[in-house]
Amino acid sequence: MRLEPRESPGLGLRFAAPASAIVVALLLAAIPLAFAGAPLATAYYEMFQGALGSVFALTETLTRATPLILTGLAVTAAFRAKLWNIGAEGQLYAGALAAVVIASHAWSSSAFVMIPSMMVAGAAAGAVLLLIPTLLKTKLGVDEVVTTLLLNFVMLLFVSVMVEGPLQDPMSMGWPQSEPIVDEAVLPELVPRTRLHAGLIIALVAAVLLSLLINRTRWGLEMRAVGANADAARFAGMKIGRVMVFTAIISGGLAGLAGVSEVAGVRGYVTLDLSPGYGYAGIVVAMLAQLSALGVVVSAIFIAAVFVGADSMGRAMGVSSYLADLIVALSLLTMLVAGLVARYRIRWA
Amino acid sequence: MSKVAAAPVLRLTGITKRFGPLVANDRVDLSLGRGEVLALLGENGAGKSTLMSILFGHYTADEGTVEVADQAGNLRELRHGSPAAALEAGVGMVHQHFTLADNLSVLDNITLGTEGLWRAFQGRAAARRRLKTLMDDSGLKVPLDRPVGTLSVGEQQRTEILKALYRGVRILVLDEPTAVLTPQEVSQLFDTLRRLTQQGLSIIFISHKLDEVTAISDRVAILRAGKLVGERETKAVDRGELAELMVGRPVELHGRDPQPRGTEVARLDKVSVPGPRGGMDLKSADLTLFAREIVGIAGVSGNGQGGLAALLSGLAHPSHGTFSLFGSEVTRFDAGTFVAGGVGRIPEDRHRDGTVGDMTVWENAILETYRDGANQRAGWMRIGVARDHAKGLIEAFDVRCPGPDAPIRLLSGGNMQKLIIGRVLENKPRLIVANQPTRGLDIGAVAFVQDRLLEAKRDGAAILLISEDLDELFQIADRLAVIHAGHLSEAQPAEDVTKRQVGLMMAGEGQGAHAA
Amino acid sequence: MGDVVDILLAVSFWVAAVRIATPLIFGTLGELICERAGVLNLGIEGIFTVGAMSGWMAVYQGMGLWGGVLVAVGVGMGFGLIHAGFTVGLGVSQHVTGIGITLLASSAAYFTYRTVLPDVTSPPRIEPFEPIAIPILSDIPLIGPALFHQTALTYLAFVSVIVTAWVLYRTPLGLAVRAVGENPAAAEAQGISVVAVRTGAVAVGSGFMALGGAFLTMSAFDAFFFEMVGGRGWICIALVVFATWQPGKALLGAFLFGAFDAFQVRLQQSIGANIPYQVFLMLPYLLSILALILVSRRAAYPRALMVPYRKGER
Repeated sequence: MRLEPRESPGLGLRFAAPASAIVVALLLAAIPLAFAGAPLATAYYEMFQGALGSVFALTETLTRATPLILTGLAVTAAFRAKLWNIGAEGQLYAGALAAVVIASHAWSSSAFVMIPSMMVAGAAAGAVLLLIPTLLKTKLGVDEVVTTLLLNFVMLLFVSVMVEGPLQDPMSMGWPQSEPIVDEAVLPELVPRTRLHAGLIIALVAAVLLSLLINRTRWGLEMRAVGANADAARFAGMKIGRVMVFTAIISGGLAGLAGVSEVAGVRGYVTLDLSPGYGYAGIVVAMLAQLSALGVVVSAIFIAAVFVGADSMGRAMGVSSYLADLIVALSLLTMLVAGLVARYRIRWA
Repeated sequence: MSKVAAAPVLRLTGITKRFGPLVANDRVDLSLGRGEVLALLGENGAGKSTLMSILFGHYTADEGTVEVADQAGNLRELRHGSPAAALEAGVGMVHQHFTLADNLSVLDNITLGTEGLWRAFQGRAAARRRLKTLMDDSGLKVPLDRPVGTLSVGEQQRTEILKALYRGVRILVLDEPTAVLTPQEVSQLFDTLRRLTQQGLSIIFISHKLDEVTAISDRVAILRAGKLVGERETKAVDRGELAELMVGRPVELHGRDPQPRGTEVARLDKVSVPGPRGGMDLKSADLTLFAREIVGIAGVSGNGQGGLAALLSGLAHPSHGTFSLFGSEVTRFDAGTFVAGGVGRIPEDRHRDGTVGDMTVWENAILETYRDGANQRAGWMRIGVARDHAKGLIEAFDVRCPGPDAPIRLLSGGNMQKLIIGRVLENKPRLIVANQPTRGLDIGAVAFVQDRLLEAKRDGAAILLISEDLDELFQIADRLAVIHAGHLSEAQPAEDVTKRQVGLMMAGEGQGAHAA
Repeated sequence: MGDVVDILLAVSFWVAAVRIATPLIFGTLGELICERAGVLNLGIEGIFTVGAMSGWMAVYQGMGLWGGVLVAVGVGMGFGLIHAGFTVGLGVSQHVTGIGITLLASSAAYFTYRTVLPDVTSPPRIEPFEPIAIPILSDIPLIGPALFHQTALTYLAFVSVIVTAWVLYRTPLGLAVRAVGENPAAAEAQGISVVAVRTGAVAVGSGFMALGGAFLTMSAFDAFFFEMVGGRGWICIALVVFATWQPGKALLGAFLFGAFDAFQVRLQQSIGANIPYQVFLMLPYLLSILALILVSRRAAYPRALMVPYRKGER
């Protein structure tokens, strides 16, 4: 078997690749479904209904998609510069903690002051958490994959310290839960009587801004050049370390915003189960979108639909909700193959 | 033809290989006799390497057969696409880029793959005994226990040849074996090859250098654009005819073209620079470059050229000594500042350092100047301007490509180099650092690159030309210096030195190599 | 100070250190084999999880302890083959595939566990491996009980280190593995199939990782819990770097790590009242990062690590 690079993957192929990856992943999910003894047609129907079948289902899916867009963007920014940030999960929690620290007391009566300062604090916290492994990489050559992964565990334990200690809600009766944020900092709901909140707008704006940053500005050019060929970027006079730090601030900041959005839009406080793996799922989202910032919006909605649909199907039919994680993992692997097919022509020789 | 008629050991018949629309080999027939040296002559891209990769099983031919003689001398067809089958049939190859694992010892590199994988022990002692005998018989000496990465290039090449001999090859393919050697090492290699052919080895010698081909081969086969365009007995060959067969059109290479020396542009005063990527350090070098002059640096690669080029490109700063540029001492070594200040840089490896393969032609065209006001405003790229500018470059420098939006990895090496040269020259640089600017290019592109450098010199630039190709240096450089083991000799007018002297200095033996 | 001396002189401390080290020995060896052949295997965390679950499940279903070990190894190798298919066969990103394998293997493990045992509230238990005292050797003070009064899987870990070191440095197969990790083109030119050697190495290495997981549910504990692997896989990746890709040093690194972990648990018991327990739990992760920082300058990666090899491409 030989692979020959295609001149340039056509637009059709760019959409067909992730679409077929998703279809194959959903088909492969029939194996665990059959193992669980669920009638397949009903199961898929329930999943579809649960994710997209009603206005309520749609708002639930979009609510789930909001943090996934932000972590997906975080991963996209980092991977574009080949900064292997696998720590979006930890950065999300860092952002969530910072949101609570800033917004658990009403030091201003205006939401126009509270919300932006909470967002800045959350983004800064996420950025700082990613800057540690990034500087270890650029200054000392420490591989960032393992350090970002390990910092996820450290961060979760730190959250545990905080929600059982300094930030614990005195009204929680010993439950590990932080103080709530004040009403002035809560993101307004978008559709009345649903959970869908203004965090979605923030995520969409972030996607557009990141897309412009990557494709239209000199900093984006630097990120892409460093990611595609660091030697040539250095030769051309780019400062690899500086580009990495810039990328880390963007990426960690976006992941931190995901935490802010979950606290200020959905929960109101921090617990240890704030994120069911949004940081890791962000990797799948970004890969499905082929590291396109606008594509992230579409793929995040798909992944969210899988989570919401599988949850609802699982409750109805008694199938474990880990099915959703299985489908997400399968989508990542099938997308890797689809991406290869899109970039190369496969010849059997 | 006598040796072939007597005992053919290899026969290729009707070999055709296509890569998409490109026909790399077009119905090539070739045969090789026992004890014969067949030179395969052709330009870069003529299809020599593809043909040999097919013989060796790295590629599968679309059409045609490969037959190799067995022990009894009967020709048998070789299984397609299997390096293992080729090795077993007694075909060995020494690639231009060595296939050695640097961190493994010479002994491990040679015995790799020669024993059954599932044996509980490696037969190191027996292998060592056999290799000692082989080294005595062939005259190829290599320290067996050293990691290959610590050996000189010549020693690595000897390791490659030993590797093939250890496997008992009867046909040895050498791909551009002299490209990395000093002239003296070349004649040593030729002595070894003659000795080996007397012992019955058959050799295919791939080259594009006419003088080497006529010195070592019995017969010459010439490939052009994938086709076999001629076969000649070396004894009766006319070099002019070979050249024309190889190139297919007359190509005029221009010579030195001396100009009145201009002002001082750059000066190195006892400068030492650490070698990048494990290459040798540049040690206490003195050199002055003047406008309207090309200074050539001869030397086997890895002897300190990397540090010298990095220094002048703004990528490395000296550990000792002072470096002055355009009359003032440089304290801030920064590639961007150098480019803005009028230094043009042509990198040694256009794929690794010169271009970002996955980015478009226009993005690569502004890779060094994207911060300029012309290309961006407040961080916002002026894409329309940059694309138009790239179109201009494509036109002016005859870059053959699908357009400014194509990823640059699709371009051939020659066209990539043209874009890099264009990118450098349009800034009207006062100093040009050209590191191996013609390596791996076909002769038309070589002439193009050399002409542009000569033109830039006439327009007033100072040029530092680092090259392994002595012919090129003697052809266009005004002054020549030799670099060996990190020491740079005094640059002398090119007409005052001979190739022989330079060759000796490249090997560290000549007078003056350590002077200055 | 007295506390520290007491801890270090207690037999139970050394026994615990070796027990904590055992899964790390398996995991580090497994990752080391993969990386020596040029393949980074970030699937390790998930393969640990699926090894822990499948081994335990097999025993729970009545296959016996060694049956469970075989199942765990087989499942681990299966996921290793998937990883190899993607990274070696197709040559796609080793980072992303590895993360994908971790997500796939751990969600497959959790899904299977939940599907087979939907209604359990407290995890069911099995009869785990019993410690075996090796005559005479186990009577040596301190070292004896620590090294020679352990379960069969710990002894298997020791033997695995020796066998792996022997194979890597003394056999043609080991030379082939190291060669495909250093320069695959060189190995291919010598008639070695890079795809076959790398695939084999990843499968075997993944089998070791699954063994590390199986140790958790069949020797260290007697049940399967969610999130029980808790980053041990990632720690093993750090240990491989710390061990500079050498099996002997991997053993040493795992021991040091086990000793440290056992030590912090005991320290927590004696002085822990004033410090949140989570701080102690962070220490293993922080120690791994510290280990990476310490060796980063002299880390000599296998040259072809993370470089996909496609035949005929330069």
